Amino acid sequence: MITSGSWRTKSFKSYNFKALGVPPAAGHLHPLMKVRSEYRQIFLEMGFTEMPTNNFVESSFWNFDALFQPQQHPARDAHDTFFLKDPMYSHTFPMEYLQRVKRTHERGGYGSTGYQYSWKYEEAQKNLLRTHTTAVSARMLYQLGQQEEFTPVKWFSIDRVFRNETLDATHLAEFHQIEGVVADYNLTLGHLMGMLYEFFKKLGIEKLRFKPAYNPYTEPSMEVFSYHEGLGKWVEVGNSGMFRPEMLLPMGLPREVSVIAWGVSLERPTMIKYRSEQHSRVGRSQGRSANGPR
Amino acid sequence: MPTIAVPRDALFEALGKTYTDEEFDELCFDFGIELDEVTSEKEMLIREMGEEKAEANDQKASEQVIYKIDIPANRYDLLCMEGLVRGLLVFLRKIEAPVYKAVLPSRPHRLLVKPATAQVRPFVVAAILRNIAFTQASYNSFIDLQDKLHQNIGRKRSLVAIGTHDLDTLKGPFTYEALPPEQIKFVPLNQTREFTAVELMDLYSKDSHIRHYLHIIQDKPVYPVIYDKNRVVLSMPPIINGDHSKISLSTRNVLIECTATDLKKAKIVLDTLVTMFSEYCETPYTAECVEVVRADGMVEKYPELRYRNEVVTVCDINRGVGINEGAESIAKLLTKMCLRSQVIEGGKSIKIEIPPTRADVLHGCDIMEDVAIAYGFNNITMTLPKTSCVAKQLPVNKLSDQLREGVAQAGFTEALTFALCSRDDVSVRLRKELATIPAVHISNPKTLEFQV
Repeated sequence: MITSGSWRTKSFKSYNFKALGVPPAAGHLHPLMKVRSEYRQIFLEMGFTEMPTNNFVESSFWNFDALFQPQQHPARDAHDTFFLKDPMYSHTFPMEYLQRVKRTHERGGYGSTGYQYSWKYEEAQKNLLRTHTTAVSARMLYQLGQQEEFTPVKWFSIDRVFRNETLDATHLAEFHQIEGVVADYNLTLGHLMGMLYEFFKKLGIEKLRFKPAYNPYTEPSMEVFSYHEGLGKWVEVGNSGMFRPEMLLPMGLPREVSVIAWGVSLERPTMIKYRSEQHSRVGRSQGRSANGPR
Repeated sequence: MPTIAVPRDALFEALGKTYTDEEFDELCFDFGIELDEVTSEKEMLIREMGEEKAEANDQKASEQVIYKIDIPANRYDLLCMEGLVRGLLVFLRKIEAPVYKAVLPSRPHRLLVKPATAQVRPFVVAAILRNIAFTQASYNSFIDLQDKLHQNIGRKRSLVAIGTHDLDTLKGPFTYEALPPEQIKFVPLNQTREFTAVELMDLYSKDSHIRHYLHIIQDKPVYPVIYDKNRVVLSMPPIINGDHSKISLSTRNVLIECTATDLKKAKIVLDTLVTMFSEYCETPYTAECVEVVRADGMVEKYPELRYRNEVVTVCDINRGVGINEGAESIAKLLTKMCLRSQVIEGGKSIKIEIPPTRADVLHGCDIMEDVAIAYGFNNITMTLPKTSCVAKQLPVNKLSDQLREGVAQAGFTEALTFALCSRDDVSVRLRKELATIPAVHISNPKTLEFQV
């Protein structure tokens, strides 16, 4: 048609730019895992080393006691934590350290009054599905405390945690926690805020406000709020704090060393990013559809 | 996190200022509490009972605005409106924190502890609020605070249980005993005839509120019980009080007793009740001591209302928070948080007086946090730590990420499965015996879907 010139007089069908073509055969990565990769990237860019979090089962000792969380604390209720029937108890602990933890809970020391109750070994032995990856941070900080000479560290982890909740649109029994830890001499609350600012800036969040909060194992503690343009209000995006001396000093860490830490969940930013109203749809539907004929 | 429900108008009246919801929300944010919800009694009733039943109860529920405020779990002094108002007024520097005093009269009331109690509920503490004047609002608040303390620090009454009594209906000395249930007989609260403890266990097994506490003493050989001189039963903790000594709006002298399996917590509970409500006594912020004679003969006086001192250095505070304040300034900031302070050692250190209302202060770091809160978290300059580290990936994660990419590019869709599943999923449905599977078993699953 071009050479003969007959194209000038022919009528052509208009291009339909709205027509869907044949979709190419494609694989997909899970949205939660995509966001996880993004966070991993951010941490690596900031110089954080990944912690070995490949154990879902933990003992109450590392999950609670080493963190100076008292044995009668409501979070240790069967309501909120998955305790194990089999295997039920742990038996190997660094015993000298365990004795220091016991003493600190019962009577204080290191400048603290302690909780003044009777600490039970059987309680600490109980196995559970970890309720936070802070249990791993505790193990790592203890190892750090055993070193001949202290070296500053920056660690992170993104892994699964378990809470004994009944499932609904906004609650899952298993979800992912993101945790960042920095241990160095003379870290301040201002440093923690600065770190959080840089961290969230990489996610595109720059408007931050900090609110005093309470965690049994951090003091001071801060909840981090960011301004959600879409909802037009401040929403909580994370929790943070400086670990208590009652937790760090029994581990053998030097007195001048402070450890700042923060945690966010993986599911909430994923929901916001992919505009899903339900936690469960993000975490679950993909899982459910691959989890048998349901 | 515990929540308290406070009528907004009464709150503003006590604070001496009216706020908009946003302004009050800001104040809460800075103080470290959270205005969770703005609702009304009527709305709350509708939510609890459904629209129809709430209509039937119409006369009782008001449209008065109620603020629901989240309180940190370790601040027992903020669990009632009285405490919240006091904390906020001191924070806003409108008043000075009151000084709480335990008054020992020439002939204090005595509470004698019998040895049998050691088998079931070993500890008891007690105090008296003299010449108190209740209004309907303060009376309700008093009952509410007891409930909150029961639920939180009392761990649903298992650790600490509270009983409050009209002292004028009783005669001391009092005894704290433990007897076999058949021997305990009295008229419990809101009943008209006597019941034995055995009958009460049965009666309350049908009560939606009380039945949750029966297990605490049910299977024990003896039940705790408090008597007065005339063998009138004050209470059978942690289940129920006696009707005889119940308090009313016209009660002038209140006897508070706390029985417990944890003495430290019992003391905190008693101190909290006393510091909060002594506001309404004729001599405000005072409580009358009761002598508790332990089974071993030792005599203790309660309430303790102990003030203790801590010393922190200005250097430590500044270094921990990341600010650069002078000693005088830090002392003023702490006083705002109900921690009265003064400069010592020529400006190098601060001596802090920790009142009985701040049982949450365990260590210097708690004091440091209070300085930061008073200073305002959002006023602190953000800085980056100088920590320089070379990052390392966890090899197994690096590998799995590389594998994921490759598999997805080959056209597969990634699925994220739960780690937990039902017992059948790993055994019956796979035609295997459960005993042969190396699975981790959960002892308290809430649903059948998460057992292993």
